[in-house]
Amino acid sequence: MDKQHLLNNHQMANFVARGFLRFDELVSDEVNKAVMAEIDAGGIQGAPSGTPLSECYEGSSIRTLLDMPEIQGIIHSLVGADPLFDHDAVHVREPNQGSAQGMHADSIIDTRWDFDIQIMYFPHDIPLEMGGTLLLPGSHYRRVNEMDIARYQNMLGQISMVCKAGTILVLHHGIWHCGRQNKTDKKRYMFKVRLNPQEPQVKLWNTNGLEEAKGGREIHAGHKDENDIQYILAKGEPWFENASGRLEIVNRIKQWRHITGDDSFDAHYWLSRLENRPSSRQSA
Amino acid sequence: MTAQQRQKVLVLYLASSALDSNVKGWSIYDGTGKHRYTTGDAVGDGTGSSDLEAPYATGLDALLDGWRVIQFPQLIPPYPGEEYTTSFMKYEFIFEKLEEV
Repeated sequence: MDKQHLLNNHQMANFVARGFLRFDELVSDEVNKAVMAEIDAGGIQGAPSGTPLSECYEGSSIRTLLDMPEIQGIIHSLVGADPLFDHDAVHVREPNQGSAQGMHADSIIDTRWDFDIQIMYFPHDIPLEMGGTLLLPGSHYRRVNEMDIARYQNMLGQISMVCKAGTILVLHHGIWHCGRQNKTDKKRYMFKVRLNPQEPQVKLWNTNGLEEAKGGREIHAGHKDENDIQYILAKGEPWFENASGRLEIVNRIKQWRHITGDDSFDAHYWLSRLENRPSSRQSA
Repeated sequence: MTAQQRQKVLVLYLASSALDSNVKGWSIYDGTGKHRYTTGDAVGDGTGSSDLEAPYATGLDALLDGWRVIQFPQLIPPYPGEEYTTSFMKYEFIFEKLEEV
């Protein structure tokens, strides 16, 4: 895998903090049109769950999409060289809908630090009145079970996927999302595929500069270097409550430790303080 | 409630357990049938970067506008072993207003 197509430290920290990465207009018009033609023909065929992704979609334009070096780099960085196909779906939002889908997290409650990704692909333009998938950045570590959260209608900081054709959204399995209302007279399509890692998700991305990007031991010192991993992991979302927002930083630190294998990593001293055990050092 | 009145329900998710803290999220259910509120109907420009138009800035502002609180969230200590986990929005205040139809 050519390192230039792998995610960098900054992108990985953003994925850990916010639970998604977005790549606007990544896929060519040619592939977008080919996929739409396949959807119209009802012809996108997945595979049995647990099939290596490399063995899926032979002869399909989805295979062409997945073989793009940029997409391969994203997949490799997050879930390894050849993850398993979990399931796929073409999601359709009918025209002139009276209501949206309820907010939810996919599958069932899932508390692993190992994580699946879902790739969402938008093969045609999505203007605001067409809805777009709604997602809530930073919601992926909240332990909820599917539609438990369907009563949450609006949260500060929510994002609607208003985008051009060919846009790719990559989600952590736990992210809260829903299909927004489609107020146009056209159907809205979105293709998604869920992938399971087969290998430990440790330093699979381009880790050049990782040590330098870790930052020092300053306690919420107000330094605002957006390339600093601590800064990215400690940045709140508009919907975070004051107290739980601090716990989300702890969740992100634990996830960063998991994917770097570095148990000494901390952001702004939040975990170091809790892990200080002078009494156990004395008795050792 | 008379036959000519219907209940509107407002749910506010606040920044803390204080009723006068800031609104972080909200839901509305309208028993008059005039409006059908739904998920993501206040999406703004869709980018997440601009402030959505919340119905009120704080829970107290809802009181000042005539809403009655019908439920306060209880303060429940964390379960042992779950002190650092996060789940639902903790500060869910439920309000009602009766409207003539």
